[in-house]
Amino acid sequence: MKQTLRMVSLALALAPTLALAEVESTDPIKLTLHDWTGQLITTNIMAAVLEEAGYNVELVQADYLAQFAGLKTGDLDVAMEIWATTGQEAMDKAIAEGGVVSFGETGMLAKEEWWYPLYMKEKCPGLPDWKALNDCAALFATPDTAPKGRYLGGPVTWGGFDEERIAALGLNFEVIHAGTDAAMFAELEAAYQRQDPILLWVYAPHWSQQKYQGEWVEFPTYEAACYTDPAWGSNPAATHDCGKPFGPIWKVGWAGLADKWPGAAKAVQAFTIDNTAMSAMIAKVDLDGVALEDVVDEWMTANEATWKPWIGQ
Amino acid sequence: MTARLLWPGLAALSLILAALVAQMPGWALLPPAALHLDMAAWVSAAMVWLVEQATFGLFTVKQATRALAAMIEWPYEAARVLLVDGITEGRGRKAVTLVPPLSWIAVTVAMGTLGVYARNLWLGLGVGALFLYLAVFGQWESAMITLASIVIAVPIGVMGGLVLGVAAYLSPRFDRLQSPVLDLMQTVPTFAYLVPILFLFGFGPVAALLATVIYAMPPMVRITTLALRSIPPEINDFARMVGCTGWQRLRKVLLPAALPDLMVGVNQVIMLSLNMVIIASMIGAGGLGFDVLNALRRLDIGAGVEAGLAITALAVALDRLSQALALRAGLPDAATGSWIKRHPKTLAVLALVLATGLLGLVWPWLQTYPKAGELSTKAFWSDLVKSININYFDQLEAWRTFVLTYMLLPVKRFLLALPWPWVVALVTLAGWQLGRARLAALCLGLSLFLVAAGLWEQAMTTVYLCGVSVVVAVLVGLPLGVLAASNATAGKVIGGVIDTLQTLPSFVYLIPVVMLFRVGDFSAMTAVVLYALAPAVRYTAHGLRAVPEELVEAGTVCGCTPWQVLTRIRLPMALPDILLGVNQTIMLALSMLVITALVGTRDLGQEVYIALTRADTGAGIVAGVCVAALAIIADRLIAAGAAQARARLGMGGDA
Repeated sequence: MKQTLRMVSLALALAPTLALAEVESTDPIKLTLHDWTGQLITTNIMAAVLEEAGYNVELVQADYLAQFAGLKTGDLDVAMEIWATTGQEAMDKAIAEGGVVSFGETGMLAKEEWWYPLYMKEKCPGLPDWKALNDCAALFATPDTAPKGRYLGGPVTWGGFDEERIAALGLNFEVIHAGTDAAMFAELEAAYQRQDPILLWVYAPHWSQQKYQGEWVEFPTYEAACYTDPAWGSNPAATHDCGKPFGPIWKVGWAGLADKWPGAAKAVQAFTIDNTAMSAMIAKVDLDGVALEDVVDEWMTANEATWKPWIGQ
Repeated sequence: MTARLLWPGLAALSLILAALVAQMPGWALLPPAALHLDMAAWVSAAMVWLVEQATFGLFTVKQATRALAAMIEWPYEAARVLLVDGITEGRGRKAVTLVPPLSWIAVTVAMGTLGVYARNLWLGLGVGALFLYLAVFGQWESAMITLASIVIAVPIGVMGGLVLGVAAYLSPRFDRLQSPVLDLMQTVPTFAYLVPILFLFGFGPVAALLATVIYAMPPMVRITTLALRSIPPEINDFARMVGCTGWQRLRKVLLPAALPDLMVGVNQVIMLSLNMVIIASMIGAGGLGFDVLNALRRLDIGAGVEAGLAITALAVALDRLSQALALRAGLPDAATGSWIKRHPKTLAVLALVLATGLLGLVWPWLQTYPKAGELSTKAFWSDLVKSININYFDQLEAWRTFVLTYMLLPVKRFLLALPWPWVVALVTLAGWQLGRARLAALCLGLSLFLVAAGLWEQAMTTVYLCGVSVVVAVLVGLPLGVLAASNATAGKVIGGVIDTLQTLPSFVYLIPVVMLFRVGDFSAMTAVVLYALAPAVRYTAHGLRAVPEELVEAGTVCGCTPWQVLTRIRLPMALPDILLGVNQTIMLALSMLVITALVGTRDLGQEVYIALTRADTGAGIVAGVCVAALAIIADRLIAAGAAQARARLGMGGDA
């Protein structure tokens, strides 16, 4: 009992020393969380860094695209990952309408493309060149798409212009849209377990790169003109005769952040991390089952030299 | 005679029309754009006005809704402090716990004691065991986050339901106004109104709580009105005679008299709130729902199943507790004496809370269940799916192809080939035959709404997917119901399986289904059937059990074989109940649409889902109301059909 009392008083005594360092405002800065591990890691690292600087931070679940409504009004403050491949339009629109500003690139590059497991290379030796796809269409076909090959595309909301790409490149394939990311990778997991043919949309950085051996299909490299000018590329009559765009992952936030918490805005602006470091952390969480907090803590301890300058320490 | 040939004739005509699809002019297959009203844009504009400009004079609508959100947030925060966070200094990672939350032992024992109080020791032990399961399988913290939102959402839903229900009881006009609104609350998919709720109430747990309340409240309203109406008029008269004021009559006489019925409503609110756990977690509720989503995103099937089963455990515990409390509610308390004497259990639990809280500072395992003692079945579930996938995939694939080629695709092609004016006419005619002018007008109006919304094709795809799923669910459910009614042991087993299927979040089995049957309509159908099976089984079993024994005996005396007893007496007599079961199956199938959109269907559910991900309020609400329109048409037609059947069987009722 005596020990108990001592611990209680210790806890109480500790409280005053926890008073926060000098920051512009102690209101919590709200960072949004989405539904993929990489984003959870980036956001938790940013939150940890801001807390080191003395800010109060709140992590809020929000939908990837729906969040712009909150970012505009300051209900939400920072979104750590807006991918050029999926979120560019929404981001540009929100920035143009005002209320939302870009905090620059995260340093990570997003890649999205058609992807197949490595064992398919034996069965379809022409890969990764896209021209080999038509010869193997029957291999990728299922009863409901035969004689066309089956390509598992992302959810309809991801866009991606795969139907257009198939038409423009004269591919003998049909797009089947998965409703969600989870459904898509569930099919990959099942096919991989059986070593069955599968061709699907994969994006990086993502844990699938660590878990499955595979390659991207090599389409003609994307250029902006490919999507707008029919004359570009092998098919002079159609646009989209090339691969998918790739590009940076952006950080965005509420325009008022820099006024209310100038130091925090600077820290968010300064945040960078590369694909390799991120992939390694994603793999730790998703494949090795390490708790996300532990992975973040480990990064924080190992990279003090990296993040201290962000908050001017 | 002509009446008897009417529907087969119309069906034959429909087949001919569908066969002529190639010759059909385009405007007949899909409503022309001229008929399309841009309702989505209107709703979006109205929403923008509501959020940005609407005002009550002194303050804006948004300020009012935000204030309401803050009011709800306060008790929610309190519940979280008690169950999850404790009292802390600082935030996030820097937080230091000053006073810990209730320990796992305290909560488990408190719930167990409540079980003992509500019924007996067995219930107490059962409930305690379920909470122990949460701790042992490492679901404790998430389960407490979920519980914190449930303990706030349920009282709000119950109080709101009570107030509206009493109002409807007192004023028939209010009842008439309110009824269609309740219909919409129950049938519009939750995803459709998540976006406007986010705009009005901000991101986070409160918005999720409110969405839960909207979804879970309607049965409470309905049951309240019904319960008050079914109180014998003598009781009401007596209260008047002894000189009660209106308020006293309601508070001291009518509500207590209706209490057992009201508790059924409370039970419904609890179950529906738990149904919402997953969807609420998508907009910031956290807890078990988030764990399920997160696990399945990593394809960690085992973790998903465990978190899902934890939701089931929580649901079962709260369900049994609330049912026991409902039965107990009528009984007076026998104990007398001082407060301390009357509440020994409460005191014991409070003492335990204090003791575990303080001792937990010394021995942490008293406060938080130790990690070392956790069990896991994760590997088992993943391996199970893997071994089915590797060993039986070819058979499953053959089955999938068969069903797809000979059942799903032909029905889809047929429905999409029917000209829309023909379908609208058929639905209206059915309304006329079953309910005359009123029902015919309703059917006509709602189906024209689908036309005007410009979602005809998606609506027909919905009819196809739900229709096939409902037929399959009924074909599977009927025999199961018959079996459950005829054999007590089978009844118990089937009941248990069905309860689990209904409370287990569908996400948990959606991913294994996709692994085995690929993305597409077949997976969607499988998931819908699994979820919507329950009422078909339950109502069939209930209807068969309720057939009067004299009738069965009369049949046996007349020399009926058991088969004849079943097909000539029991099933026809149970028909109205079975129809109600079919009705509920349709409602559940429609409510699964948004979930199946996640495996790539192209129906109204997908429209709602797309609108959600694009934060498009208008499109979401319009597509959601289209789902509601289909649900209401099906519901009214079947209810009218059941009433006719009941009248034909001379069972009276509300025909």
